[in-house]
Amino acid sequence: MSRVGLLRLLVVGGFVVALEVLCRTGVISKLVLLAPSDMAVHLVRVLMSRKADADILESLTDVVLAVVLSVIGGFTIGAMIHSFPRLRRAIDPFLASYYALPFFAFYPLFIVLFGLGRGAIVAIGVLFGIVAMIISTLTAFDRIPRVLVRTASVYRMGPVEAALRVKLPSAIPFLFTGFKLAIAYAFIGVIAAEFIMATSGLGYSISYAFNNFDNGTMYGLMLFVIVLVTVVNAVFHAMERRLLRRWGR
Amino acid sequence: MKRALDLVLLIAAGLIAWEAMHLAAPFALTSPAESVAKAWAMVLSPAFWPHAAETAKAFAYALLLAVGGGLALGLSLGLNRTSAEVAEPIMISAYSLPKVTLYPVILLIFGLGLPAKIAFGTIHGIIPVAIFAMNAVRNVAPVHFKTARVLRLTRWQTLATVVVPGALPEIVSGLRIGFSVTLLGVLIGEMFASQRGVGYVLMAAIGVHDVPTIMATIVLLGIVAVSASAFLLWLDHRLHHRAA
Amino acid sequence: MTAALRTEAVAAPGDGGSAVHARMRGVTRVYGDAATGVRALAEIDLDLRRGEFYSVIGPSGCGKSTLLDVLAGLSRPTTGTIEFEGRALTGVPDGIGVVFQEDASFAWLTVADNIAFGLRRAGVEPAEVARRLDYALRLMGLVDFAKSYPAQLSGGMRQRVCIARTLVMQPRMILLDEPFGALDAQTRLIMGDELLKVWRETGATVLLITHALDEAAMLSDRIGIMSARPGRIIEEVVTHWPRERDSRIAAEHSFGDITTRLWSVLREESLKSVRLGGGA
Repeated sequence: MSRVGLLRLLVVGGFVVALEVLCRTGVISKLVLLAPSDMAVHLVRVLMSRKADADILESLTDVVLAVVLSVIGGFTIGAMIHSFPRLRRAIDPFLASYYALPFFAFYPLFIVLFGLGRGAIVAIGVLFGIVAMIISTLTAFDRIPRVLVRTASVYRMGPVEAALRVKLPSAIPFLFTGFKLAIAYAFIGVIAAEFIMATSGLGYSISYAFNNFDNGTMYGLMLFVIVLVTVVNAVFHAMERRLLRRWGR
Repeated sequence: MKRALDLVLLIAAGLIAWEAMHLAAPFALTSPAESVAKAWAMVLSPAFWPHAAETAKAFAYALLLAVGGGLALGLSLGLNRTSAEVAEPIMISAYSLPKVTLYPVILLIFGLGLPAKIAFGTIHGIIPVAIFAMNAVRNVAPVHFKTARVLRLTRWQTLATVVVPGALPEIVSGLRIGFSVTLLGVLIGEMFASQRGVGYVLMAAIGVHDVPTIMATIVLLGIVAVSASAFLLWLDHRLHHRAA
Repeated sequence: MTAALRTEAVAAPGDGGSAVHARMRGVTRVYGDAATGVRALAEIDLDLRRGEFYSVIGPSGCGKSTLLDVLAGLSRPTTGTIEFEGRALTGVPDGIGVVFQEDASFAWLTVADNIAFGLRRAGVEPAEVARRLDYALRLMGLVDFAKSYPAQLSGGMRQRVCIARTLVMQPRMILLDEPFGALDAQTRLIMGDELLKVWRETGATVLLITHALDEAAMLSDRIGIMSARPGRIIEEVVTHWPRERDSRIAAEHSFGDITTRLWSVLREESLKSVRLGGGA
C-alpha cells in the first residue's frame, strides 16, 4: 500500500481508537454513544438475526433503481441542454441553486402519484441524484477538447456519429464524476426519505430503533450505513483512478 | 437583452408546466397562483414570523460555524501536500455519508432544540466548504509560493496576500454549496427536532396534508434560496473573471 | 513497402499542364457581420502544385489557421472560390488529411487503434488495415508503443500518432497547422525530418502552417509569406531544394539567404501586428 494510503489508515484508525478509549473510560456516556467495538458487535448481531434483512434489501434496491434512473435521465437531459446553448445559459443558475431547495417536500406529491411506499422513495432518490448528473454531463461536454470536434469534422462525421464515436468516449472521465455523485446523492436521498417519512427500509429502521430507545440496534445499523458508503466510495474511487491513469486527461 | 428574454421564457415554461401538473393532480399540488397567494398570506400573518426568525437564527449560527470551521480545516490541510492527499478521500467519503443517519447521535448529545439544529446545519455545510477550500489552496501554483519565499513573506503574510486572493474564486464556489447545504441541514433538523421554525411548519403541514401551506412554504424557501444563490453566483463570476 | 502508401496520380479535369492540386482565388473570411466583424483573411490567391511542400508563415494572428480551415473545408469563406482537384469545395473533401497543433489523439484508444481508426471506419479489409498500420508504425517509430495509450506518451510521440493516423488514409493533400508548436526545439527538428520522410513516401501535397522561419526554410519547396491581419499572401519564396533533403540542408549557403529574405519581409508585418495589438 502506498505511503499516503497507510497514513489514511492511521488517521481513520486513530480516530476509531480514540473514540473507543473515550467511550470505555466513560468520558463519553453510554447513553450518548456506544464504543465502536460495541457498535460492531450489535451490527453483527442484527445481521445474524436477519431481522433487518428485508429492510436492507429494500433500501439497496431502491438506491440502485434511483441511481440507474438518475444516471440515464441526467445524461440524456444534460446532453440535450448542452446542444441548446441559449437554454443552457438560462437554466444554469437554477441548476446551480437546485440543491438549496427542500425538494423532499415534494414527497406528498409523489405519494399521490406513486402511492404510499417505495415508488415515492425512489422518486426522491432520483430527485437528489439526477441534477448532479445533469451538471456533470454539461461540464463533461464542455471539457471535450475542441480539437477532437474538429477532428470529427475532418473525418466527415455527422452529428450522431461524432457524438457516439468521439464526444462520448472523450467525456467519460468527467461523466464518471457525475456517476459517483449520483450514487452518493441517491443514497442520501433514499435513506433520508426513509428516515423522515417512511414505514420500511434502512432509514426507517434506524429511526424506529432511535424512537424505541434501542441504541444497540440503532448504532449497529448506523455503522452498517457508514461502512457501506465507505466501501462503495473506495471501489469507485479505485475505478476512477485506473481510468484516469490510462486515459490521462 | 436576449439573456433576460430567455430567463423570462424559461420561467414562463416552468409556470406552465406547474399549472399543467396542478390540473392533472389537484389534490397533490396547488396552482402557481394559489401558492403565491398563500405564500403572501403567510408573510402577512403574524404567526409566521417567529418561525422564520427561529430558522434564520439557527441558520446564521450554523453558517458561521460551517464556513469558519470549513475554511480553517480546508486551508490548513491544503497548505501541506501530504495532508491534503491523505484527507481528500476521507472528506469525500464523509460528504457522501447520509448525515441523516448521524441525527440520532446529535440529538443524544444536544437534546431537542436550537443547539441540535445548529449542529445539523453545521455538519452538512462544513465538509463541502473544507473540500473546496483545500482544493483551492492546492491549486495555487507552486511558483506563487516560491515567489513569496523570495520576497521573504511570513506565513501569515503569504496566506493573506498570495494564497487567499488566488484561492478566492474556488473558495467562493465552496461557500455557495455550503450555504445551500447548511440551510438544508437546518430545515431537516427542524422537521423533527423542534417545535418551531420553518422546517417544523413544513413538517406539520405534510402531516395533515395541508397542500397549500406546503406549496407556499416551498415557494418562500425557493425565493430565498434562489436569490441567495444568484447573488453568490454573481460574486463567483466576478471573482473568476478577475482571476482569469 | 513504399508502394503501400503512394497515392495514385488522379487526373483531374481542366488542370492540364500546370498540375495545380488546389486553388484559392479571392478568398476572404469575415467573422461576424460585414461592417463590424473581424476580417481574418483579405483576398487570398494561392495555387498549390501537386506533390509540392508549401509552407505558410506570417505574424501572430494574421489568419494562418483560418486559411487552413477554409482550405480544408472546415470553414466556409465569405467570398472567393476554392477548388480541390478541379472541384469546388462543399465541406471537407475526400483525400484530405489534417494535423492540428493540439493533441488530437483519442485518449481511449491504443496507439494502434488510433492509427487504424479511419481505416476501420471506412470498412477497409483487416489484412490491408494490418499492412498499412504496420507500415505507419514503422515509419513513425511507434512500433514499441502500439499497445500503449496516448496518455503514456510524450507530446512529440502523440503528434507522431496523429500524423500516422492521417497518413494511413492515403490522403492526396496533407494540411498541418503548426503541428510542432507545442514541442521543444530539438524535437521539432527531428519531427521536421520525419515529416519530409512522410512527404516523400506518400507523394502527397503538403501545406504546412508555421511561425518558425527556419522550419519553413528547411522543409519547403515554396514559402508563402502572409501579411498582418487581414492576411494576404504578399510574397512567395522558392527554395529550389532537392527532393531528398533533411534538416541538415541548413548548412547550404542559400539557406541563410532564404531565411534573411523571409525575415526582412516578415519583420515589417510582425511589427505591424504588434502595433495592432494582435497575436494569439
